[in-house]
Amino acid sequence: MSLSEILQPVTLPAWIVSLPLLAAVFSFVLPRIRVGAGIFTAIITPLMVVFLGREIFIHGAIQMQVGGWQSPLGIALYADGLSAAMLGITAVVIGSISFYARSYFSGVAASRYFWPLWMFLWASLNALFLSGDIFNLYVTLELLGLSAVALVALSPTADALSAAMRYLLVSLTGSLSYLMGVALLYAANGTLSIKLLAAAGLSSPSIATAFALMAAGLMMKSALFPMHFWLPPAHANAPAPVSAVLSALVVKASFYILIRLWLVIFEPFINPSAAQLMGALGAGAIIWGSVQALLAERLKLLVAYSTVAQVGYLFLVFPLSSIHQANQTAWQGGLYFVFSHACAKSAVFLAAGTVIYSFGHDRIKELHGIVRRMPVSMFAFALAGVSLIGLPPSGGFIAKWLYLNAALTGGQWWWCVLIIIGSLLATAYIFRFFSRAFSYSPEVVEERPVPWIMEWTALGLALCALILGFIAPAVTTLLDAGNPF
Amino acid sequence: MRRENGDGLDSQTVKMMATISVLALTSVLGWTVWTLPPFSDRMQRLVASNMAVSGVENPVTAVLLNFRGYDTLLEIGVLMLAALSVLSVVPSPAIFSQSPPSPILILLLRLLLPFIIIVGGYILWIGKYAPGGAFQAGAILAAGGILLSTAAVPFNRLASKAMPFAMAIGLLTFIVVALATMMVRGNFLQYPVAQAGILILVVEAAATISIAIILTLLFIGGNPEESSTAKDEGDKAFIIDKDKANK
Amino acid sequence: MTISLLYALVGVVLLGIGLYSLVIYSHLVKKILALNVAGSGVFLFLVATANQTSGPVPDPVPHAMVLTGIVVAVSATALALALACRIHQVTGTTRLTKNEPE
Repeated sequence: MSLSEILQPVTLPAWIVSLPLLAAVFSFVLPRIRVGAGIFTAIITPLMVVFLGREIFIHGAIQMQVGGWQSPLGIALYADGLSAAMLGITAVVIGSISFYARSYFSGVAASRYFWPLWMFLWASLNALFLSGDIFNLYVTLELLGLSAVALVALSPTADALSAAMRYLLVSLTGSLSYLMGVALLYAANGTLSIKLLAAAGLSSPSIATAFALMAAGLMMKSALFPMHFWLPPAHANAPAPVSAVLSALVVKASFYILIRLWLVIFEPFINPSAAQLMGALGAGAIIWGSVQALLAERLKLLVAYSTVAQVGYLFLVFPLSSIHQANQTAWQGGLYFVFSHACAKSAVFLAAGTVIYSFGHDRIKELHGIVRRMPVSMFAFALAGVSLIGLPPSGGFIAKWLYLNAALTGGQWWWCVLIIIGSLLATAYIFRFFSRAFSYSPEVVEERPVPWIMEWTALGLALCALILGFIAPAVTTLLDAGNPF
Repeated sequence: MRRENGDGLDSQTVKMMATISVLALTSVLGWTVWTLPPFSDRMQRLVASNMAVSGVENPVTAVLLNFRGYDTLLEIGVLMLAALSVLSVVPSPAIFSQSPPSPILILLLRLLLPFIIIVGGYILWIGKYAPGGAFQAGAILAAGGILLSTAAVPFNRLASKAMPFAMAIGLLTFIVVALATMMVRGNFLQYPVAQAGILILVVEAAATISIAIILTLLFIGGNPEESSTAKDEGDKAFIIDKDKANK
Repeated sequence: MTISLLYALVGVVLLGIGLYSLVIYSHLVKKILALNVAGSGVFLFLVATANQTSGPVPDPVPHAMVLTGIVVAVSATALALALACRIHQVTGTTRLTKNEPE
């Protein structure tokens, strides 16, 4: 049994899930090594994901039947280009934020629980993106929800606790709705495997109901308008690394499940007006979220409402992809939104966190001229803002360009209007903060010195958002591996 | 959809909206359930035909620990995560009363606890052949733990040092077994047929300990050893000081 | 109407009752209880599904799903109750504060 036998690519999915779980266990049982375990995982897991991605790029999708049992008896772990890309963005974002968190939480009592919870969050995301079984997805969703809530509750203010409670209640309701959908699908078809459900030729009314239930639950967890009310308090009041990962990845995980189920199981059987409805809700999210971001008094609240708006863009993928000629472009655009928003939004939240760390507050009115005091963080904010607005040469620009293409190819010009309005609003709220940050400030403000790693992590993530704008062909080729669309 | 009573919308409107939407939802669901296609036996026959190689004789245990063992692994992770979260959220438990426990309770404990332990162990063992297994046994043992905590029996020093390890042993054993079987046979959590029974028992035993400790901890609702001052000081780093900033 | 169908419909009704109570009541513990009732409804539906096999032996997969579901529900309830306790300790109320901060 040589090393190459142990580390066969087909075993990588299992390692990608197990390593963060082991890190979580060890960082709880042996608190002294918790930071080391976290950083170790932050370095090794991205490497494993890169190997997996390379394998999928060359050889196509990988499927592993856990326990050796074929579906429908056992659970399948399925990794195609889409999963690899999601795993990749997760690894990049969480890996980077781990370095930020090391400084942010140093010497604080809460860090005893931060690292185990953080590793559980990463493990749940990895397990979610690799799962090929609808009930297994439910368990990973719950793992994800509980760890996210616990991380939000690490911040001891009363606002954070209320926000965590509200988040937990919404999250549990969403999961329950999803579980009822799973139960209906099983009762109608006798299997829990996504691949087998796709082949089953479902046609009873249970399909529409199951889809409605599962979609409603997943939309609640993704904070799609009008079920977005839990997100701004939770993301604004959580500790900065937690806010970053919540906006960047956690709300995207339920969106990913929705895409997967839509593409593989539901799309042929669902009335197209459902897609238009999701798009309409997305439009509402863009408008409402952007307007609220313009009115926000605190920086983190502004950024949280920006997330509400950006989630709206994600849901435009459903109506845009319904026209056959525009299908491929629309999906690429939607996923490009996922990746670039993940990098850009986490960079922005980390920069905001650095502001709070240094000045003790984030009230926009009082943040005059901070560009002089933390130029690196402000530069990171600016680069990330470029991607959020959708200016070239960023990942956000590619995403919006693909969307505009899809809308025009499909003859749905009204989405173009919406996207342009959304970009203008995003420009407005980003510049609202910027005009303050760059304004002249004569007063001396007391501040705490910031560890360099915190500022540079934010910059690194913002640069990733920009780099995504340059590597579009490679990314879209990876996404096609295994033909998820 | 979800609004607080008394602020924002009129609560009568809220009640009416909620009633209408829930009635609609329930009737649609009810109609869907009524018109479900006939259920197929396929899954039950598939499980039955694979029982011989599963290492156990109870089909539910086989599904839970062997065929769909990955779900159970993640589920034990969820339990441990819940315990972690409760420890992090609540600094010290409110459960312990200061007055000494009543002698009746102590007598009850003396009589019940040995039986609880025996029954728990039996349920764990019998899971191979009949309804039972790790979760059930863990719950029974946790009932004993809850009785102990209502009697305000203090934990001794050794127990509190061992507590994090006891909480983690279930998940740890499961992952180690899964990875080991992967390295030996090439597939995650694929038990070798001859050792399947014994491996399942080992995993279940470790899980029972963890589940019992975790459920007791969830009932206590906080770290029994934690004093209230330690958490407050550490968290001052996060608190945005509104008074200071309003000057 | 078979027995299984009756149980399944009762499960659906419980789900409805739970969701309704979740929206209506503002006390945190009532909301948590409501979620538990709704969860029990879903589990009852699953158990009823398991019973629909043509032979005498029920389908073990929904049983395993319910077992997993119960454990997950207990974990989530524990976290929710701990949060509710902490909110009560910190703010003195048992209701969620108004949504929009500042």
